[in-house]
Amino acid sequence: MELNLHELNATEFPVPAELENNIAITSLSQLYNWGRRNSMWPMLFGLACCAIEMIATASSRFDFSRFGFEVMRATPRQADLMIVSGTVTKKMVVPIVRLYNQMPEPKYVLAMGACASGGGPFKEGYNVVSGMDKFLPVDVYVPGCPPTPQALLYGMIALQRKIDGQSIANGDDVPWYGVGSAEPTPVPVLGPDIIDPRQMDMIRRQAERAAGDMDALGLRELPAAMQMVAAKAATTADAPAETAPVNGNALAFVLPIGGTPWTEAEDIREKRRLRALARKAVRATRRASAEEE
Amino acid sequence: MPTAAPDAPLTSTSIDGAIDHLQATYPEAVSADDREGYGGIIVDSAQLLDIAQVIRDELGFDYLSSATAVDYLGAGDHMEMVYHAYRSSGGGALVFKAQTERDNAEIPSLVSVWRGADFQEREAWDLYGIHFPGHPNLKRILMWEGFHGHPMRKDWREAYYEEEQKPFDSRWPGGHVHRAEEKNVFGKNVNYPREIDLSRLMDTSESAVYQSLGLGVDVERVMDKDGFETNELVVNMGPHHPSTHGVFRMVLTVDGETVTSLEPVMGYLHRNHEKIGERNTYLHNIPFTDRLDYISSMGNNHGYVLAVEQLLSLGRRYNEPTYRCEALRVLMVELSRIVNHLWAIGFWLNDIGAFFTPVLYFIQERERILDFFEAVAGSRMMCNYMRFGGLFGDLPERIKSVSNLTNDRVRDYNTMQFLTEMFSERIPRTIDELEQLLTQNEILIERSVGVGVLSAEDAINYSAAGPLLRGSGVPYDIRRADPYSIYDELDFDVAVEDAGDMYARYRVRVKELRESVRILRQILPRLEATKGQSIWADGKPGAYAPRVPHGEAYGRVENGKGELGYYIVSAGGKSGTSNPWRYHVRAPSFINLTPMGIMSQGYKVADIVGILGSIDIVLGETDR
Repeated sequence: MELNLHELNATEFPVPAELENNIAITSLSQLYNWGRRNSMWPMLFGLACCAIEMIATASSRFDFSRFGFEVMRATPRQADLMIVSGTVTKKMVVPIVRLYNQMPEPKYVLAMGACASGGGPFKEGYNVVSGMDKFLPVDVYVPGCPPTPQALLYGMIALQRKIDGQSIANGDDVPWYGVGSAEPTPVPVLGPDIIDPRQMDMIRRQAERAAGDMDALGLRELPAAMQMVAAKAATTADAPAETAPVNGNALAFVLPIGGTPWTEAEDIREKRRLRALARKAVRATRRASAEEE
Repeated sequence: MPTAAPDAPLTSTSIDGAIDHLQATYPEAVSADDREGYGGIIVDSAQLLDIAQVIRDELGFDYLSSATAVDYLGAGDHMEMVYHAYRSSGGGALVFKAQTERDNAEIPSLVSVWRGADFQEREAWDLYGIHFPGHPNLKRILMWEGFHGHPMRKDWREAYYEEEQKPFDSRWPGGHVHRAEEKNVFGKNVNYPREIDLSRLMDTSESAVYQSLGLGVDVERVMDKDGFETNELVVNMGPHHPSTHGVFRMVLTVDGETVTSLEPVMGYLHRNHEKIGERNTYLHNIPFTDRLDYISSMGNNHGYVLAVEQLLSLGRRYNEPTYRCEALRVLMVELSRIVNHLWAIGFWLNDIGAFFTPVLYFIQERERILDFFEAVAGSRMMCNYMRFGGLFGDLPERIKSVSNLTNDRVRDYNTMQFLTEMFSERIPRTIDELEQLLTQNEILIERSVGVGVLSAEDAINYSAAGPLLRGSGVPYDIRRADPYSIYDELDFDVAVEDAGDMYARYRVRVKELRESVRILRQILPRLEATKGQSIWADGKPGAYAPRVPHGEAYGRVENGKGELGYYIVSAGGKSGTSNPWRYHVRAPSFINLTPMGIMSQGYKVADIVGILGSIDIVLGETDR
């Protein structure tokens, strides 16, 4: 990559025109990010169909070396970026987490395609993990099945922009300068089904419940949005949603699963939908009247 | 029933004659399969081994193409193994089946008759829980050792289970969508058995892989004859390894640099194609087939469409595809064969040391063909192009590509001109260039001649297919041996080489590239002649959810990597059904790995990656 000092020189101190090719006045963060963003080496690591498009992106027609993704490295120890290119299966996620732990920091993860982002067309499969972010922190998601090489390039450039925005002064941006060594991500266990060691407590609790008389009822840990819906249902529709203390302060609701649909939440959803439709209609009439004027 | 004359050899009787012979020899054990829409025979599993021996040796069906299980829960409540045996000299299939009850399912292993049954029986054990007494290495193959249950059984439900069949009532016509996580107790794609004991949890998946290799020092072998101390070493390659063409894994034991045994380990991309396929409607499955062998999606479409068309033709409302449709199918399939072989040769060269330079030149042509696919089908790789009785669409008048701007110009070509130029100039030029640089290349010859040898007998017995089979001197190409589509009127030769080594497979692929170009040149005038003809028999597209009549079908095509077969069972009543009961893919990449062990024995570690490359696998198809 050509050394371009112009793009570094972005402070309020101007550099004389005749020295522009020789001197740059810049901040440490900027210099640091400039070095990193232009030498991201991806790991040579393909999972499925998307890997073929990744190879196409690396080859002559699209050529991601132009943007500093110079060479693909087969070993994680020389790689900065893991492109998760394809369906992540339960069997494969174990080595993937191990590979991630072997990458030196700073390290980034790019989820390429629908499968790596959220399970994709194979989400319902019994051996499929619904997205890489269930196990690793993902920086950029690239949609598509598979994404075209152009889309992948766009995603990689988005990652460079993300790096541009980071500051050395901010510990959240550059956690690898913190005290002590980084905690490795716990490697999942292949038991009767995949087990994430970080969720051992939750699994144990759920399994105990399921092993009891919980044929019709099951305990779930609700995502924040669902908690809101259920809480609203409890207050507005007088639905006596039973609450049980879990893990100290968090609340979980016991809701029927399986046979009976949980009608309260469905009702709320339906109301919301109707309200949204009404709002949409109002907006449409307003727009129409504005156009007439 | 006209059978062969008594003195004629049984190995050349017709299929019906062979069935008659079996029924006459084993009157108690063999009965015709007279379920509606079914064919072949049902064999008593107690005598399966003897009868299989007769089928192979006396009747000459030496090539076991497919062996798969079906779970007839609620329709007889039994398990069934279905075998498709062919003659390596060509012709149709002898289909035979063995049944067993669902609990303690047990069917004798046929590995001693056809080694090609090895992985397929392991798959049936893994996914269906059928036990095969006599199998040398019966353990899970796609899932890990320790996984709960046998997932393809009809009463086994995945964690995100919603309904037996699509379209789900919640989605259509209701239109309500909810996330699968909301229905699962754990909020994610997991499901634990009730008796799980989390305090004593062990990951046995790794130790199980090594157990069958007999780890531990063998005292006899520690000292060799010169008194030099050597140890056998177990080397693990993959699933993350740059030369395994994806997430494939091999465990090898080496003595110095020499490989003494090799075991393929797979399942790292097992994404439950068949389970999802049995929930899907027939039409849903077409885009899923794209993702099997993702290098040649058109060929995958073709095999599946052929299988379903076989079933549809049993019903009343079915029209054969038009001639133009068939010609277009062959055009697409041959183009993807070219893509596949260029890719295969390129990556094989990567493996033996010519890192990436040849591939860059091949990808140039591939991109050109993908531009064409994108213009016709709308997608570069996942074409989703073929339909039952037709196609997604006809060729466009002009090929325009705005997504791939070169020098800020929109690419815009006349389609027929584009194709003519490609077949008469560009692709032949690339093949010439390739041959000029590689075929007599000294390094290439040194590395590949005499390495990874597979004899013709072994190739047939191990159910090898495609260039792997033809590189061993067996001129078996389904386009000639059991013609489909319009291949019987096209003029081309079956590429074959006798040596059975890596170099022979390379030569077969180069020859096939030339034959494909030859076929494509014959397709062009056919496209000109049928210009204006509809691609649909009655002029309008087929049904969104076709009702497929009761029965079974096995559709197979010669794909770039070998014989790609689809075994489909439809369990519909009179009016048919829109979802398959059984949807099985006979994947060439999967079965071609069966002889990998014997092909690698005695060669060096560095040759192993080359041998794997010369088989040409793609993991989407291996693991499905």
